[in-house]
Amino acid sequence: MCLGIPGQIIRVDDVARKLATVEISGVRRQVNIACVVNEEHPVESCVGDWVLVHVGFAMSRINEQEAAETLKILTELGEAQAEMEAMRLSAVH
Amino acid sequence: MKFADEFRDREKAKALVCEIEKLANRIEITKTRPLNIMEVCGGHTHSIFRYGLEGMLPPTIELVHGPGCPVCVLPMGRVDDCVAIAERPGVIFTTFGDAMRVPGSKKSLIQAKADGADVRMVYSPMDALALARNNPDREVVFFGLGFETTMPSTALTILQAEADGVTNFSVFCNHITIVPTIKAILDSPDLHLDGFLGPGHVSMVIGTAPYEFIAEFYKRPMVVAGFEPLDVLQSIWMLLKQISDGRAEVENQYTRIVPEHGNDPALAAVGKVYELREFFEWRGLGSIDHSGVKVREAYARFDAERKFIVPNVRIADPKSCQCGEVLKGVLKPWQCKVFGSACTPEMPLGALMVSPEGACAAYYQYGGIKRHSALEPAVDHS
Ligand code: SF4
Repeated sequence: MCLGIPGQIIRVDDVARKLATVEISGVRRQVNIACVVNEEHPVESCVGDWVLVHVGFAMSRINEQEAAETLKILTELGEAQAEMEAMRLSAVH
Repeated sequence: MKFADEFRDREKAKALVCEIEKLANRIEITKTRPLNIMEVCGGHTHSIFRYGLEGMLPPTIELVHGPGCPVCVLPMGRVDDCVAIAERPGVIFTTFGDAMRVPGSKKSLIQAKADGADVRMVYSPMDALALARNNPDREVVFFGLGFETTMPSTALTILQAEADGVTNFSVFCNHITIVPTIKAILDSPDLHLDGFLGPGHVSMVIGTAPYEFIAEFYKRPMVVAGFEPLDVLQSIWMLLKQISDGRAEVENQYTRIVPEHGNDPALAAVGKVYELREFFEWRGLGSIDHSGVKVREAYARFDAERKFIVPNVRIADPKSCQCGEVLKGVLKPWQCKVFGSACTPEMPLGALMVSPEGACAAYYQYGGIKRHSALEPAVDHS
C-alpha cells in the first residue's frame, strides 16, 4: 500500500476527470493522474510519462531508468506481485 | 521465504556499511550504548528485513521499528466499527486487502465476510466508487486507511463522487497523520532516539518542511529516505554524519521522488475534504492529539461515520499483547510473551503480526528472531 509501483501512461481516457490508462509490467489499469498534472504539464501531455502509482493514483513523475530499477526492487521484495494481484482481484462489479 | 540478499550493488552496500561503522566509532555515545535510529515508515521496516540490513549494520547501531504501518496501529474498536457497518443490510464494505485480517474484539473483516457480510477487497478507492455506480441500490463504503500517502486518493475519490452526483458512496475515514505521531514518540519518556529515517512516500505528499520541528525543538536529525537497500544505508550514513558533526537537520536523501514543498494538487484535495480530529486512538499508543483526520462538514454525505451510526467503543487490547511497547521501540518483537506462540501471522493476536510492514510479522517471516535471541537477552538501552 505504501511503496507504490511504477507504470507508464499510455493513453488519456478522460481529460475532465483526469483519468488515464497506465501500463504496469504489461498489465493495464486506469488511474487518476490529478496529482501529476499542472498548468505547465496538462493532462493531454502526459502520454509516455512514467509515474509512481499508489492505490490507483499517480503520485509522482519519475524517469524511465528510475522506474525500471524500482520495479526490479519491488519484484524482489515480492511487492510488485502483490500489487498486481490486488489489482487483478479488485472487485468492481 | 528467502532473503533477497543478492541486491544490486552489493559491493557499494558493503563499502557504505564500512563507512557507517567508522563514523559510528567516532561518535561518543556509542562507547556506552548503541545509537537508536527509528525508521518511522513500515515500508522501510519491510525493506530492512527483506534485505537483512539490520544484520549488516555494526552493533553500535540499533534500528527501532516505528509505528508507520497504518494497519498495525488500527485500534480494535475501529475494526469493530468496520464490522458493524459491514454487517448492515444493503452495505457493500470495501477495503484494501491488508486490513482484512486485523483482529477486532469479536471478529476481523474476513470473519465477518465468512459470516455473510458483503466485504470486498479493492485495490483502489476508485474501484469502490465504480462499485457504487454499478450497484445503485446498495450502499458502498470504503475503508479509508493510511498516512498522507493514501489520504489524497480517498479525498480525490470523494471529490469525484461529488462531481458525478453519486449518492450511495461513503468513506469510513481512519486516515492518520505522521507529524503528531512523531511528536508523541519524541515526548515519550521511556524512549531515547538519536535520529529518524523519514518516511519516503508520506514526504512525497507533504514535503520535508513539516519535520523541521524535530531538528529545531528536539534537536534530532532526520533523513527522508528511499526504500532501496542503498537508499536506507546511505540515509543511515547521512544521519551518523549529522550526529558526528553535532548537527540536527532535516535532510532529503530521496530527492528523486520527494520535492521539498510536497505535492500541491494532493495537498489541495486533502485540505478541501479533510480536517484534523481533536484526537485519534492508536493501537498500543493510546490517544494522540490531532493525529487523525475526518471528513469536513461540507462532504458529510460521503462520511460513513455520519451516514451510519457507528458504535465507536474503545476496546482495550488483550492483556498479553505488547504491541504498544513494540511500536514505541521499547521492546523488540521477540520479547513479547506471545510472539510466535499465541501470536503468529496465521493467527494474529496483535496487528503488528498482520501486515507484512508490521515489525512482528517481519521478524517472524525473515528469521530476525533467531539471530537476535541468540545474541542478546531483553535489553533496554534508554
Ligand atoms: S507478538 Fe503479537 S501481540 Fe506481541 S507485540 Fe507482536 S503483534 Fe503484538
